[in-house]
Amino acid sequence: MSENQRIIEIEVLRYNPETDKEPSKQVFEVPFTDDMSVLQGVQYIKDYLDGSLSFRWSCRMAICGSCGMMINGEPSLSCETFLRDYYPARVRVEALAHFPIEKDLVINMEGFIEKLESIQPYIIPKEERTLAQGEYLQTPAQLASYEQFSSCINCMLCYAACPQFGLNSEFIGPAAMALLHRYNIDSRDGGTAERMELVNSEEGVFNCTAVGYCSEVCPKHVDPANAVNQNKTNSAADYFMRFLTPKGGAK
Amino acid sequence: MSKRRPYVRPMAGWWRKNPFFVEYMIHEGTALFVAAYALILLTGLVYLSRGEAAWNVWLEGLKNPWYIVFHWLTLAAMCYHTYTWFKIMPRTMPPVIVAGKRLPDFAITGSGLAVAATASLAMLGLVWGMAR
Ligand code: SF4
Ligand code: FES
Repeated sequence: MSENQRIIEIEVLRYNPETDKEPSKQVFEVPFTDDMSVLQGVQYIKDYLDGSLSFRWSCRMAICGSCGMMINGEPSLSCETFLRDYYPARVRVEALAHFPIEKDLVINMEGFIEKLESIQPYIIPKEERTLAQGEYLQTPAQLASYEQFSSCINCMLCYAACPQFGLNSEFIGPAAMALLHRYNIDSRDGGTAERMELVNSEEGVFNCTAVGYCSEVCPKHVDPANAVNQNKTNSAADYFMRFLTPKGGAK
Repeated sequence: MSKRRPYVRPMAGWWRKNPFFVEYMIHEGTALFVAAYALILLTGLVYLSRGEAAWNVWLEGLKNPWYIVFHWLTLAAMCYHTYTWFKIMPRTMPPVIVAGKRLPDFAITGSGLAVAATASLAMLGLVWGMAR
């Protein structure tokens, strides 16, 4: 490490399911340089101070979505958040809010994975085509209409930013709804009617009260709040359509 | 046997934990002033339906200094409500495409606020003109 090395205090919310009744804080003194991320800070703790500290990470470049943590109370990717921005104050690190803590900074993401599956995150073709007919074509404008919603890296920061999800973990939530929207507005897709059932359901969009913090914290500018709120309109339209069309809106 | 024992953190006081949530709660709170003012106007209507004498009693009541203070408070609350309402508006609507380009958030928020300001001023001018 270089000479301009300084020492920062990192306060970590620790929890060991085998020994602790509830989480508690532990402070570590970590030497750091200007180029070190918060992730590198906790890696230092694991390597040199306490090998039992648990956390997830992989890419170190804000693309895998596994290193999300609450940093000073804000949902952030720890690999793109820098220690220098907090020094000389102490930086507080905690597992992503609103999710059950498995151990230390590792959360239980089973519920989220189930939600991702439930929205049928794949193209349900509008019309069957044989191989001989070739690929499904799409114009740049058609791509542009959903591209932003397809940039999600499943980091779950938006769930940690959503108090309604914190109060009711059944709520399908921002990222899953953004992905649902991404497929529904894809010109090649014909699965909207099936997916609308989920949008309209108890777990659906009307749990959202437009807090909007999810879009604020999203590192990929997906704007999940926009997907959720556009689907409130779609859901209302869907509801009234059933009175107008013989077969109704959603199935 | 599994050693897993996932810990669920309590949600009590969640809205105090982040400035963003505090702002959200104030926004929601100011809606109560909007509702209160609607009730006041409704009461006025009821009095009006009972004839001129009743209407004048209601008007006199409005001149109470406490009522005037309340009006100023309501005005401040309404302004804040309007501001935060249009601030979140770009999140709640489909993209607006102008000349092949997506309208940026600040343009949507800005035009919302401009329309609200113009409408309020026009209303004020109208009532002012009638009252003179
Ligand atoms: S929508 Fe954004 S914040 Fe939410 S999981 Fe996807 S990338 Fe992360
Ligand atoms: S480690 Fe992959 S997003 Fe941070």
